[in-house]
Amino acid sequence: MAFLELVGLTKTFGATVGVEAVDLAVERGEFVSLLGPSGCGKTTTLRMIAGFEQPTAGRILVGGEDITARRPNQRNIGMVFQAYALFPNMTVADNIGFGLKVARRPAAEIRARVSELLALIKLEEMGDRYPHQLSGGQQQRVALARALAIRPQLLLLDEPLSALDAKIRLSLRNEIRAIQRQLGITTLYVTHDQEEALSLSDRVVVMNRGRIEQVGSPFEIYNFPHSHFVASFVGTLNILPAEVVDPDAGIVRAAGQRIAAAPGLPGIAAGDRVMLALRPELLTLNRSEGMDNHLEGEVETIAFLGSIVRIQVRVQDALIALDEFNNPNLDLPAIGDSVAFGFPREACLILDGSG
Amino acid sequence: MPSRRVLGDWLGVVPFFLFAVAFIFWPAMALFVGAFRDAQGGFTLANIVALFQPFILDAYWLTIRVSLVTAVGGGIFGFLVAYAAILGGLPRGVRTALTTFSGVASNFAGIPLAFAFIATLGRVGMVTVLLRDVFGLNIYDRGFNLYSFWGLSLTYMYFQFPLMVLIISPALDGLRREWREAASNLGASNVQYWRYVALPILLPSLLGTMILLFGNAFGAYATAYGLTGGSLNLIPILIGQQVRGDVLHNPGLGYALALGMVVVMAVSIAAFSWLQSRTSRWIRRGA
Amino acid sequence: MGGRRFWSWLWITLGALYFLVPLYATLHFSLQAKRGTLSLLAYQNVLADPQFYRTFAFSLQMAAATIVTGIVLIVPTAYWVHLRLPKLRPAVELITLMPFVIPAVVLVFGLIRAYSRPPLLLVSSPALLVAGYTVLSLPYMYRAVDTGLRAVDVRTLTEAAQSLGAGWPTILWRVILPNLRVAVLSGSFLTLAIVVGEFTLAALLAWPAFGPYMALLGQNRAYEPAALAIMSFGLTWLAMGVILWIGRGRQGGPSELSGTH
Repeated sequence: MAFLELVGLTKTFGATVGVEAVDLAVERGEFVSLLGPSGCGKTTTLRMIAGFEQPTAGRILVGGEDITARRPNQRNIGMVFQAYALFPNMTVADNIGFGLKVARRPAAEIRARVSELLALIKLEEMGDRYPHQLSGGQQQRVALARALAIRPQLLLLDEPLSALDAKIRLSLRNEIRAIQRQLGITTLYVTHDQEEALSLSDRVVVMNRGRIEQVGSPFEIYNFPHSHFVASFVGTLNILPAEVVDPDAGIVRAAGQRIAAAPGLPGIAAGDRVMLALRPELLTLNRSEGMDNHLEGEVETIAFLGSIVRIQVRVQDALIALDEFNNPNLDLPAIGDSVAFGFPREACLILDGSG
Repeated sequence: MPSRRVLGDWLGVVPFFLFAVAFIFWPAMALFVGAFRDAQGGFTLANIVALFQPFILDAYWLTIRVSLVTAVGGGIFGFLVAYAAILGGLPRGVRTALTTFSGVASNFAGIPLAFAFIATLGRVGMVTVLLRDVFGLNIYDRGFNLYSFWGLSLTYMYFQFPLMVLIISPALDGLRREWREAASNLGASNVQYWRYVALPILLPSLLGTMILLFGNAFGAYATAYGLTGGSLNLIPILIGQQVRGDVLHNPGLGYALALGMVVVMAVSIAAFSWLQSRTSRWIRRGA
Repeated sequence: MGGRRFWSWLWITLGALYFLVPLYATLHFSLQAKRGTLSLLAYQNVLADPQFYRTFAFSLQMAAATIVTGIVLIVPTAYWVHLRLPKLRPAVELITLMPFVIPAVVLVFGLIRAYSRPPLLLVSSPALLVAGYTVLSLPYMYRAVDTGLRAVDVRTLTEAAQSLGAGWPTILWRVILPNLRVAVLSGSFLTLAIVVGEFTLAALLAWPAFGPYMALLGQNRAYEPAALAIMSFGLTWLAMGVILWIGRGRQGGPSELSGTH
């Protein structure tokens, strides 16, 4: 049985639905991300698990025990907030020891636990500082230590990196994951950053408008999105409207061309309107041998994004982005040039046309 | 050329500083010097020593008591009202109304305030009569008198607690929801949250504002005069009488009295700003 | 949750009662000048008294003079401190806060001692009263103007005006002041509210102002003082209302602190 179970969890605010009938099972020791745009219900879900919001319907079970009606301070769930939320009147050590202090643990035990955690977050020297004397990244590490000090059965992180700058975000992200692995603590991580979710998680839960769109490993979510929403939120996909020509052979028509997608499209008949998704990194410029498909168009923009170069090509009505790895020998076309590009069947994803 | 520019810069603020010297510092100096002068114009500490006679010590003691009671009482009451309006889960309109009313009430002082309380708690005041006729409680028989310590304190509270509301509101706004949630998440009860987190964060502002209220009551003259007509032995009243005619029969003593008052006020304002800066540092950078 | 709401309403109600009961009592009292019936007699008596108009007019004049003096002193200074001499800011702020350290009764004592001897014989001139009122209004006027200056980009406005060839007086008068209109008006009405009912300075400098008139009436009459209190309260409300109204739609409206007691 799963360690954390959400059963039909629903939250309505007046007439608007914040979270709708969310079912989720998280295994012990698993790192699961809730990913979605703002307002998708991911933070509300987290806050219901922490006990700051009371669900309108549904249950929350931890270790088989129903905690839905329990007060936040009876749940033994650690939480890290977006804006750190360190107590400004306490030193770093007092912040970390706060949970043990209110649980009336002996002072010696608190001291030992605090120094253990300071070591874990590599801030041994900072125990006597006050939060306002620390950088944002340091504050968030202290917040993590504070949440872990009470040995919670579950760790919740609510966009913990979004207030930090890019470099710190990356290093702290790796640190969080390392600490989580080391402690083996079941973790739920809320973020709107798909890169963060994909790189950190054992499994990703993509949410939209209060509902779960898809649950799966980062690999599944990225390579086999179930819906238009997931595909576009998780990657930089090219989405083209298409019409099914031959479902058994996997042939569709898009941008005025016949395109070979994966054969054996299930549940789709000839003439259906669908969405064809193409991953920019699987499209290759000026190469068609060994490729199943081949398109031509005119270069509209070229953008350097560091390690990759993104070229946008106009193919009839559609604007299609191609990603090329950057290298000094790259032979780039000029804007306005006519170019051709090829891609294998596997680069095509067929999504239902409604999204 | 640079020196001319610097000179020009200073010219812009000269009128202000001249005014301050002429109408703040020069009069203050005059009092200060007067406090250390005898009738012949020589230096003396006799006026300062004379402050310690029972009559004047009594006046200081009464003024301090009124200021302390109204600062602490008005402070706590104002805090509870502001807390209820800002963090008590009430509709937003309540807060707007409270802020406006507090702005008016904290400025509604002096003679009209005294009249209002005479109409309320005087011998034939509405509340006095109401308590007597409806509840059978004659507060004047029970030792209450509007023109004495408690009456004066109740009157001062009318401008003290709204002032607390105005000054403490920003500090309450700075009390972040996440702190409460983090505390509760870590297992703290509501009482523990208040004891370890909210109160320590608010304490400097609370104490600082109470000190300000203390000074505010300590220097109040018009309300006390309007209420008691000068019969109550308060320091501002004594100074007022000394200004109207040398009732102490020693001008130097009057100056010393004023000097003592300025010292009390200066200490309270200094303590206020020190405590205020302490909190704002937490709240501004404690994010 | 319901419990918390209950306590909130309780404290708000107590606060509202503390605020409203004396007002209601005063209003009620002011209407009882005719035995056994409610009437406006007390108000009629007040309005029929020529002394009322004389003292009120005098206080209004003093308020106007104070406001003008305050603007002339504060606006250039605050502007200069913002633009050229930020180093002076702490000193200027300290001075504007002096009325909190030196209560009115002490201030007037010092003014009398400093200006009652030749060649500085000013006690019999209303200028000394205006100067005293200006000191009392410094914190409010300065805060209002300072907030206003923070809201507009003084430096850019000044540089734009300079680049168009404007001199300093033109910049202050035609560019800065119009942009500070709301701030200056707020400060002015607050000053008005403080000065018109002010008692301490006026009484101890022996001027026939509105404050001393009210005090005198309080010693001789029963119902008229209550009527005056209501009128004076209405005046404070009016001033606050005007401040809120002219500052409407602006962020962080004026925060009123208490004045002279």
